[in-house]
Amino acid sequence: METGTDPLGNAKTILDGSPYDRITATGYGRYLAHENFAYPVITEIKAYALGAYFLFPGCRTVIDIGGQDSKIIKIINGKVEDFEMNDRCAAGTGKFLEVMAHTLGYTIEDFGIEAMRAQKPVSINAMCTVFAESEVVSLLARGEKPGNIALGIHQSIVSRLQALIGRVGFLDEIVFAGGVAKNRCIVSLLEKNLARKLLVPDEPQIVGAIGAAIAAGCINKE
Amino acid sequence: MNKDPAVQNHKKMWQELGLDVKLHNEVLASINDQFRKTVANQKNRPAGMAYFDLVLHESHGGRIAEIIAEKKKGNKMIGTFCIYVPDEIALAVDIVPVALCGGTNFSVPYAEKTFPRDICPLIKSTLGLAFSKTCPYAPIKSMAVGETTCDAKKKTWDILAQKVNFHIMELPQKKGIIDTHLWLNEVNEFAGKLEQLAEKKLTAEKLGVAIKIINNKRRGLQRLSRLRSQNPPPISGLDALVVMQAALNDEPVRFTQRLEELNRELEMRTEQGISPFPKGVKRIMISGCPAVMGNWKLHSLIENAGAAVVADETCTGLRYYDDLVDENPADVEGQLAAIADRYLKINCSCFTPNNDRLDKIIKTARDFKADGVVQYVLQYCHTYNVEAIRVDGMLKQNNVPSLKIETDYSEEDTGQLRTRVEAFLEKIA
Repeated sequence: METGTDPLGNAKTILDGSPYDRITATGYGRYLAHENFAYPVITEIKAYALGAYFLFPGCRTVIDIGGQDSKIIKIINGKVEDFEMNDRCAAGTGKFLEVMAHTLGYTIEDFGIEAMRAQKPVSINAMCTVFAESEVVSLLARGEKPGNIALGIHQSIVSRLQALIGRVGFLDEIVFAGGVAKNRCIVSLLEKNLARKLLVPDEPQIVGAIGAAIAAGCINKE
Repeated sequence: MNKDPAVQNHKKMWQELGLDVKLHNEVLASINDQFRKTVANQKNRPAGMAYFDLVLHESHGGRIAEIIAEKKKGNKMIGTFCIYVPDEIALAVDIVPVALCGGTNFSVPYAEKTFPRDICPLIKSTLGLAFSKTCPYAPIKSMAVGETTCDAKKKTWDILAQKVNFHIMELPQKKGIIDTHLWLNEVNEFAGKLEQLAEKKLTAEKLGVAIKIINNKRRGLQRLSRLRSQNPPPISGLDALVVMQAALNDEPVRFTQRLEELNRELEMRTEQGISPFPKGVKRIMISGCPAVMGNWKLHSLIENAGAAVVADETCTGLRYYDDLVDENPADVEGQLAAIADRYLKINCSCFTPNNDRLDKIIKTARDFKADGVVQYVLQYCHTYNVEAIRVDGMLKQNNVPSLKIETDYSEEDTGQLRTRVEAFLEKIA
């Protein structure tokens, strides 16, 4: 679900009435949660590694495209061996897709489907969310088809992601997690580029939460 | 109204210097705010740190008044922007050298009004302070000394030289025989320029004294550095950085005296097992770009995440105090050659090839038993950014985990950096 503008309030609403032994928080709001109800906190890098390994014990690489950042995590027996994150801006993240979908008038759900139907991708040069938005506007003004532009945007994200993967490398099996893994166009482009199948969980956006729960469980056992 | 006593005490002086006093108050408030959130927010600090906090606090106040008093005696002040510029020569002709690099994000937009955004924050912060009339050193300096360590700096000097008395030292890019000659020539020319500015001849006696003064300062900083190799270190990396930032600003004899007092306190703390960290704390070495006054971002981030910064292979670290100037030469010519020799040993990423820096990094990581190295790249510093690839490869070969952080002075990426640093610490746990 969306954390929105009141993440603490939302979290409290969800927790209200649900019994629990211990909460481990992860993600950008982990310290906000820590101050209020969660102990301890772990980074989402560790959380995704734990979660992906739990769901797919053969997993050695996790690709995660979340709202604010994208990450490549190499793991051994569920432990982080190496990782890379995108630079500070939103380029190549879920936020980028969201803004682009909005600019083209698609819902997030339709965006990937429309892109897969496209025949001729239009290449997008700008990777900055702000610049790309104006680039898309001028492409539309030139009469390019929205679907073709959508495919171009998906390709640009995947090529950005590949550069990130190139920095750490990958080992089989690869788990694709994070909300963006629900976008079938990204999955199929990435599979084509990496020349292998990706393991996509049924609910890719909660892999981090599963990892945090496992971390909390480990503490109780100790 | 700003109730800071320093602001009240020095208001008249700043007005007389032609500063934009209102904006200057905002600059100070912004730096003080950062200071409170980072440096002052630490637990179990050595008592001796109070002096170095004061140096930073008075860098726009008491220190300026002190330099103005020197000027009334007929002495001059020069502003520098790099640790390749030898302080010894200035001191020997009674010139006060002060490093003018800016570490505050506040002034960056004032530089971006005319300068490209995609140059490093250190240059933009420095220029922004000068452009917005909030740098009290700008009106009191008699000359600025630039050097050729990066392209953005070189072209910046050309622009500043239109309005300011400017001298540029050409730093070679290799360390061969011809380069050594070029650098010696540059040092000699710089000495001539300072003699001209001071209207005094360099004497072997005074230059000898100056060499000893700066060497003693280096010895004190080396001693501090060795103390940080303890487990756990008796001082935080952030406090050691504050000492370094003070070193770039303070009068050197007084500074060294207070530093030795701090070192004695740290030796006692080591014996008594007093430290800001628990035993077995993860030990991090920072390597790369400098963190000058106002910039406490990375050290504070790493130490807030539960690790200790135990060594800095940076210009605000061992590049500044490693290697002494040979004190043996008895004439000015020999002394200047010894100075040139020592300064050319500094391993800046502007050199090619730069194998000595790589060797130094791995040796330092071992000597300080670093569990990991964080490569610090100020955004758009191309030479450190690209060299980070080689450094990373070499560290991996030696089984030392490394993490590259590229960032500027702003706070907008704090969340992401925190995740990276914490994940790095989780990884090496």
